[in-house]
Amino acid sequence: MSMISGKKPAVGKKREPITDTILLMSITIGIFLAMYVVAMLAFGGGFLKPQQIFDMLNENAFLIIISCGLTVVMITGSIDISVGGVTALVAMVGVMTLNGSMFPGAELSDGMRIFIAALMAIGIGLAFGAVQGALIAFLEIQPFIVTLAGMFFARGMITIISVQPQKATGDIMAVLQRRLEIPWLGSPNKKGVMIPAKIEIGVIIALAVVAVIFVLLRWMKLGRGFYAVGGNQQSALMLGINVRRTRFMAHLISGLLAGIAGFVFMMHTGAGNATNATASEMNAIASSIIGGTLLTGGVGNVIGTFFGVLTLTTIKSIVVTSGLREPWWQSITTGAMLCFFILLQSVVLSSRGKGGLRARMKAWTGKKTG
Amino acid sequence: MILSMRGICKAFPGVRALQDVDFTLRKGEIHALMGENGAGKSTLIKVLTGVYTKDAGEILIGEDQLPVSIRSPQDAQNAGISTVYQEITLCPNLTVAENMFIGREKGAGVNWKERERKTGELLESLGIPARPRQQLGNCSLAVQQMVAIARAVDMECRVLILDEPTSSLDEKEVEMLFSLMRDLKARGVGIIFVTHFLEQVYAVSDRITVLRNGELVGEFPVEKLPQVELVAMMMGKELEGLNVMGKAGERAADSSETLYEAHGLSSTASRPFDFHIAKGEVNGFTGLLGSGRSESVRAIFGADRVTGGKVTMNGKPVKISSPADAMKQGIAYLPEDRKRDGIIADLSVRENIILALQVMKGFFHPISRAEAEKFADEYIKALEIKTASQDAPIKSLSGGNQQKVILARWLLTHPQYLILDEPTRGIDVGTKTEIQRLVLKLSEEGMSVTFISSEIEEMLRTCSRLIVMRDRNIVGELTGDELTQDHVMYTIAGGGD
Repeated sequence: MSMISGKKPAVGKKREPITDTILLMSITIGIFLAMYVVAMLAFGGGFLKPQQIFDMLNENAFLIIISCGLTVVMITGSIDISVGGVTALVAMVGVMTLNGSMFPGAELSDGMRIFIAALMAIGIGLAFGAVQGALIAFLEIQPFIVTLAGMFFARGMITIISVQPQKATGDIMAVLQRRLEIPWLGSPNKKGVMIPAKIEIGVIIALAVVAVIFVLLRWMKLGRGFYAVGGNQQSALMLGINVRRTRFMAHLISGLLAGIAGFVFMMHTGAGNATNATASEMNAIASSIIGGTLLTGGVGNVIGTFFGVLTLTTIKSIVVTSGLREPWWQSITTGAMLCFFILLQSVVLSSRGKGGLRARMKAWTGKKTG
Repeated sequence: MILSMRGICKAFPGVRALQDVDFTLRKGEIHALMGENGAGKSTLIKVLTGVYTKDAGEILIGEDQLPVSIRSPQDAQNAGISTVYQEITLCPNLTVAENMFIGREKGAGVNWKERERKTGELLESLGIPARPRQQLGNCSLAVQQMVAIARAVDMECRVLILDEPTSSLDEKEVEMLFSLMRDLKARGVGIIFVTHFLEQVYAVSDRITVLRNGELVGEFPVEKLPQVELVAMMMGKELEGLNVMGKAGERAADSSETLYEAHGLSSTASRPFDFHIAKGEVNGFTGLLGSGRSESVRAIFGADRVTGGKVTMNGKPVKISSPADAMKQGIAYLPEDRKRDGIIADLSVRENIILALQVMKGFFHPISRAEAEKFADEYIKALEIKTASQDAPIKSLSGGNQQKVILARWLLTHPQYLILDEPTRGIDVGTKTEIQRLVLKLSEEGMSVTFISSEIEEMLRTCSRLIVMRDRNIVGELTGDELTQDHVMYTIAGGGD
């Protein structure tokens, strides 16, 4: 009754409330740190070197980028499974631009080639995003179907452009694969010589993408619109949000990021191949989910997603380090991991607003004994 | 005067939803808009909020009563008319502050500090027990509703429409909402309050407008309109001189052997209630729309999740927690909405008839074609179902005949206890009488029947006992001499104050 008569609700006395997004993200970061510490203690060796983390990042920079795109799309309650295909297509086009087979006869400088490759990466990404976004947002076709078509289309295009795998080598790749060296994070090799930590350019791009998307999602009206639309599309409409435009923009961003990811992938591997980045869309979905993005929309965060990628990668390297070298062990642990996180999320979320986890556990155990 | 609607007409193909309706709202008043199903309440609201465009009439707004043209929800909002619907139209995953401001800020960025500061001030001044950074979905429904109201208030609404705001709130939450409503009233906001809870109308409203069948019945100050008169107006009955036909309840006393008995039965949709029915008895639940009639019988049938209570059937305790359980106990239920819950439109009349029996037998014991045809023939004849053949799809039949097919479906399972929820809605008078006669015949054969209808006469004609509900509680039970329209209406209105 005091709630009713009292004009002033008790503000500021209680703990600051936190949102589902922040709660799930914190859980992911906590689990990642715990897992990494355990790996350091159990396996030592590589896990003790900072380079271990940098290697994970170097290897997975493109995955971080497409996962950011998927996080955006999933927050709006949609899905994009074309990103792996687009990444591979962009990588193929980029490699062929670099090694000259894209524009035979044209005399282009290395810088010009890199510039054209980057431009095409962004162009292809935006084109996929725009077409898919338009079909999904304005014609209201199921996102899964649209992006499934996009995935097949992109994969098919790769083979049309070149049946043979393509490679870019030489000076031009040396430029792109230049690494940033950080001596103070280095570690001694077997002979005791300090080797500086090495970071690829792609990682810096990936971190920039995380930062930009973070700002977009947190402080831009467009980003908040993604959350509103994912939370409840009908409500978002009633609240005055342009739902169609918002959904379109989410897919456009995802497409653009897939394009950038393709360029980063190419910088890392220097190879164009129809089977590049296979199933990376699935890894991106898994990373987003582990990072605390709900497939149902409305909840998620790119910082969480970043740690989602790291968690997924760490668990894989733990599996390998512990001697299970066959590739299926990685798949199985990824599956188990995903299951674990989804379960955890649903338990945590369903216990909110019902007197918290403790009350919930009490009710549970009470029922069991009584 | 802050809003007047004059001579509003709106027709849909085949229906005159509103005919020459006037409505006025004063500054700082709470005005209840009342009416039964199909009275035109929601049409009027939708005309005002720009969801529908009116065919004729004018809407004047503001203290200087300027005419406005409202053609879209956006127009309504610009005119200072805000609506808070029964279902929350906010985003549960966002914070309270964000829900207050999203979609109506300028620029491309978001100023969280400003949002949260303003929200904090507003929540405090309106006495809403929520914090700006709280996630909306973690607030109670009442608080969510109040946040929606706060958003409307902050958008400088002059007219606030609350459409069934209390239907999912508990008593304490309703009180919270009412004090907010009174507060807004003091600030000069005109509130249109749509509800079907009579007591709530009398608790907060200043004036009442009653609609019936799309027409204005009248506008009254709340103190000049006793509850019973309000009920009579909504139902379209006169109070005096109706006792003439009060003879219905005199049918022979029902056998005293109890068939079904429930103590404290409750479901996710209904409050705990006691109920019993004797063998061969016809009784009925009555009350206004939303009083909990259907919810009660759905609880008996296990159609909503049963949450408590003891049930006995023929004196033996039984557990009925799903329609399948109820069917095993010989209970049959004809749902209120036959289009949604009853018919399978594309299947033939025959297939629709044998459906329930097939379910009871289990799908591994198929009913043979010959048997099915025999059953279908038998019931098409017995109930005089007008259909081209048993193979005709049920959707080709008229509403009354569709209803008979569903009745046949359940009769075929030889239930001991038949529950009919609005079996005569939307069907012609002839078929109505036939169904009433059939109910009486079945009861003579020993079947117990519970009957729900919006038409009191129909209930009086068929039932020997009426259970009266108001605001989701059973408020009276009428038998024998008490079975008159006046009595029913007084009981619905609460003792006739």
